[in-house]
Amino acid sequence: MRGQLTRRMFLRGSLGGVGMSLALPVFDAFLNDAGTAWADGAPLPLRFGTWFWGCGMNPERWNPTTIGTDWELTPELAPLANVRDSLNVLSGFGVDLDGHANHPHISGVMGTLTGGAPPKSKQVLAPTLDLLISDAIGGSTRFRSLEMAATGSPRHSYSLRDESVRNPSEVSPLALYLRVFGQGFRDPNDAEFEPDPEVLLRKSVISAVGEDRKRLERDLGSHDKHRLDAYLTSLRQLEHQLAVQLEEPPPLAACVVPEAPHETEISAEIEDVVVNHELMAEVLALALACDQTRVFNVVFSYGASNLHKSGNQTGHHQLTHEEFVDAELGYQPQATYFVDRSMEAWASFVARLAAVEEGSGSLLDNCLVMAHSETSFAKNHDVTGLPIMTAGRAGGRIVTGRHIAGTGDPVTRIGLTMQQLMGLPVERWGIGAMQTSDPVSELFA
Amino acid sequence: MLEPASHLDRSRRIQPRAGSCRFAYLSLLGIFVATLACTESGSGVGPIAMRRITADQYRQTIADIFGSDIKVVGRFEPDARRDGLLAVGTAWVSITPTGFEQYESIGRRIAEQVVSPENRERFVHCAPVDPAGPDSACSEQFIRQYGRLLLRRRLEDEDVGWRLAQADHAAQEMGDFYIGLRMALYSILVAPEFLFRIERAVPDPASPGRLRLTGDSIATRLSFFLWNTTPDEELLRAAENGDLASDDGLAQQLDRLLASPRLEKGVEAFFSDVLGFDELEDVSKDPTLFPRFSRQVLEDARQQTLRTVSDHLVVRSGDFRELFTTRRTFLNRRLGTVYRVPVRAREGWEATEFPPDSPRVGLQSHLSVLALHSHPGRSSATLRGIFVREALLCQEVPAAPADVDFTVVQDVNNPDMKTARERLSAHSADRSCANCHKLVDPIGLALEHFDGAGIWRPTENGVPIDARGSLSGQQFVGAEGLGRVLHDTGTASACAVQNLFRYAVGRDPEMAERLFVRQLEDRFAAEGYRFSALIRALVMSESFRAASEPRRLESGEAERVAVAPRDRSRSERREQEG
Repeated sequence: MRGQLTRRMFLRGSLGGVGMSLALPVFDAFLNDAGTAWADGAPLPLRFGTWFWGCGMNPERWNPTTIGTDWELTPELAPLANVRDSLNVLSGFGVDLDGHANHPHISGVMGTLTGGAPPKSKQVLAPTLDLLISDAIGGSTRFRSLEMAATGSPRHSYSLRDESVRNPSEVSPLALYLRVFGQGFRDPNDAEFEPDPEVLLRKSVISAVGEDRKRLERDLGSHDKHRLDAYLTSLRQLEHQLAVQLEEPPPLAACVVPEAPHETEISAEIEDVVVNHELMAEVLALALACDQTRVFNVVFSYGASNLHKSGNQTGHHQLTHEEFVDAELGYQPQATYFVDRSMEAWASFVARLAAVEEGSGSLLDNCLVMAHSETSFAKNHDVTGLPIMTAGRAGGRIVTGRHIAGTGDPVTRIGLTMQQLMGLPVERWGIGAMQTSDPVSELFA
Repeated sequence: MLEPASHLDRSRRIQPRAGSCRFAYLSLLGIFVATLACTESGSGVGPIAMRRITADQYRQTIADIFGSDIKVVGRFEPDARRDGLLAVGTAWVSITPTGFEQYESIGRRIAEQVVSPENRERFVHCAPVDPAGPDSACSEQFIRQYGRLLLRRRLEDEDVGWRLAQADHAAQEMGDFYIGLRMALYSILVAPEFLFRIERAVPDPASPGRLRLTGDSIATRLSFFLWNTTPDEELLRAAENGDLASDDGLAQQLDRLLASPRLEKGVEAFFSDVLGFDELEDVSKDPTLFPRFSRQVLEDARQQTLRTVSDHLVVRSGDFRELFTTRRTFLNRRLGTVYRVPVRAREGWEATEFPPDSPRVGLQSHLSVLALHSHPGRSSATLRGIFVREALLCQEVPAAPADVDFTVVQDVNNPDMKTARERLSAHSADRSCANCHKLVDPIGLALEHFDGAGIWRPTENGVPIDARGSLSGQQFVGAEGLGRVLHDTGTASACAVQNLFRYAVGRDPEMAERLFVRQLEDRFAAEGYRFSALIRALVMSESFRAASEPRRLESGEAERVAVAPRDRSRSERREQEG
């Protein structure tokens, strides 16, 4: 609000010209009454993320039977007890294969994220959900989105624009930390701001490189021109990151620059994965609090999960197919061990976001995170009744604590809901048989 | 749905997958129709390409131009496999925002090192009038020199103008001439023409309606194909002088490149691609199950295999087929311990031979290959069989159906099924499994003496291992027997030719080129399976030098972009295990 005494004018005024460094807390007076926005009207940033785990669950042990707010913590949801009220459980939504083959460990996740079951295994029919959302809300931060995978492979990423662009995952907590908080990071709470002239020069060069590509385009066929366009999008993104570094960031009380994580063993062994996931979640939470990105994708384990447990010959994915159902227990105990560990990791992820105070609540309140897997029962690659959850209140736009049963509805209803909650003007979403204009309206606050 | 298995039994000659001829192999009628379609659309050769340089090529390029003391610090975007080869994938991938961030940071650090006070004398061959400000003449000289080397062609004025303006501006602003140079070099290192090899073609005066690659584009193809790096000074000069347009001029450069020891690096890069060695990065083995295995052992094993290949094919000009039968290899101390072969050299590598009574014969018995095609906790006859079919024989193995029940097949705790052979026998009991598994399991079972980390074992669960195998009706025992079959079948050498063609030009052959590839296969045989003869024939061909129009993005591109079954990553391939 121009002309009035804004928070920033106050801060500038109070420090005017004095060359001292001071970390300033956000006083409640600077927030509006609801604690959802800065007093000058700029809302606290809204974030969207996905959290993926591989090889699903056992439907009869995971799905709650009670609908609404009284849903029971089933055996496989038990690890979520502490974060239950921040979550929604969405059962019974699935991928309609629309006559195409069920590509094992692919159709389920691509159907969920692109809105259509891929006819061929590596086909990408549309950009994944995170990109639709980051295209809309990722433009004002240093990173359009951040991808990370706890299982050690940069290829473990479900953020795809098309067949030629798969955003690779960070696999090391330390590398993630250095990318966000290393060179190029400007602490929003530093009282003094001096734009780096070097950054200005880089930005000028990057911008000129972008201009120069016009000469190249002339001779390219459309296949390569399309790929050059993707390069250009990436170049513009970097140009934007540099521009952000040149602007004084608004102070953010929730932003605390963390200590660098220690070097860790990176592998798909479950204990290593849990440690790396935990450390990356910590870095990510503060990257969000410091408004370095508003979109993220976390892969705890990839489709056809390569998780394994030290000393066991057979890993998670193989177990789901090969292990006999224990006659007494009624499920595959060794495979289910990994479901339990995955739910524990998801619970700790949610708790990590909830632990960061922001405004009058927590960082989690201003997030919307969708957790999902590529199958329900992995043994036969079932893509009906996929296990899906949301966490966070999306700045008060979504209710939480519910179990909603989809009774066989297309999973695109959820993707559409996510987009609408994030403020995208989308009425209809999905491809072919999965197209829908019916969001899960019970979720709207 | 399972495809009928019969198509797997024949050797796959060349299967068109991408482009307008993709559906040719569906049926006999399909071939006829597709042939017509292809003839109509093209000049008989494939389109030129825009190929992203690989991480290895980037590193080698920088080392060649600036020296290996200039550090390339950062992690590159993963390369992507297509139709079984990363080399083909390079013509399809783009650069993601995360990937570009990395290129930018890597490029920035290279530029910093090159113009740093300790290095500038080496790299900047003119002195500024005033080191505290711009000097256009000296900057232009620098830009033209390194721009030519990095962009693989002589720079036009319009390449130089804006870079010079950026350099002068930076020098002015910062009061430092060398910061200007740094920004100019940086602008080249992040340019699309550096990160991609963008091929160019011009109308061929000798044959109207046809395009020929420009000299620069031929030089670049040649250098990356043979040396896996950017063209050197002499090759650039040959391109600029127009020498590469004539057979004689091209042959002269080709001979020079073939005679260079750098050919070894190029051949290793090809085999690394075919063998899928980029995926070794993601291999992890359970240390409690495989205490002798480590990441370092795996890296050593990778080098062992590549050294064995380049020594045999390049240094010794050996017969390609002997790669499957040779006991010659290179070991260091660490590997000697794992293989239980004494290694005298305390440091580094030693040429040696696996003893006559050793089960290690041919590439297929190397730890690198065996560990890659296994599960983290155990061996896999199925994955190894698929590897032989797909990578060594160029045959497709269909994916397993989604609802298959593997329970019987792999129940490792079943007391009655102690060995993989017994467990896998369940495949033949189920007809829907048997169709595909009979094509792969019997190959892999011959390698069961090597566990999930590729280490020798006489027994599994106390039961002696039976290493009998079969491939296309031929019975054999162990890695040695398999090697003999691979040596004798024409399919493996034909597959190498097909792969080399696709590796060189970055695409599948067009329908009209398939005859040429078959001729290459015959030529390879006639020349005693010498690799340099094969490379020579390929480079001197029309396919290497001529081009059709650049590839178009057509409606339904997504359909064709869809990747053939051979592109299944290891994790997806694991899906077929059972």
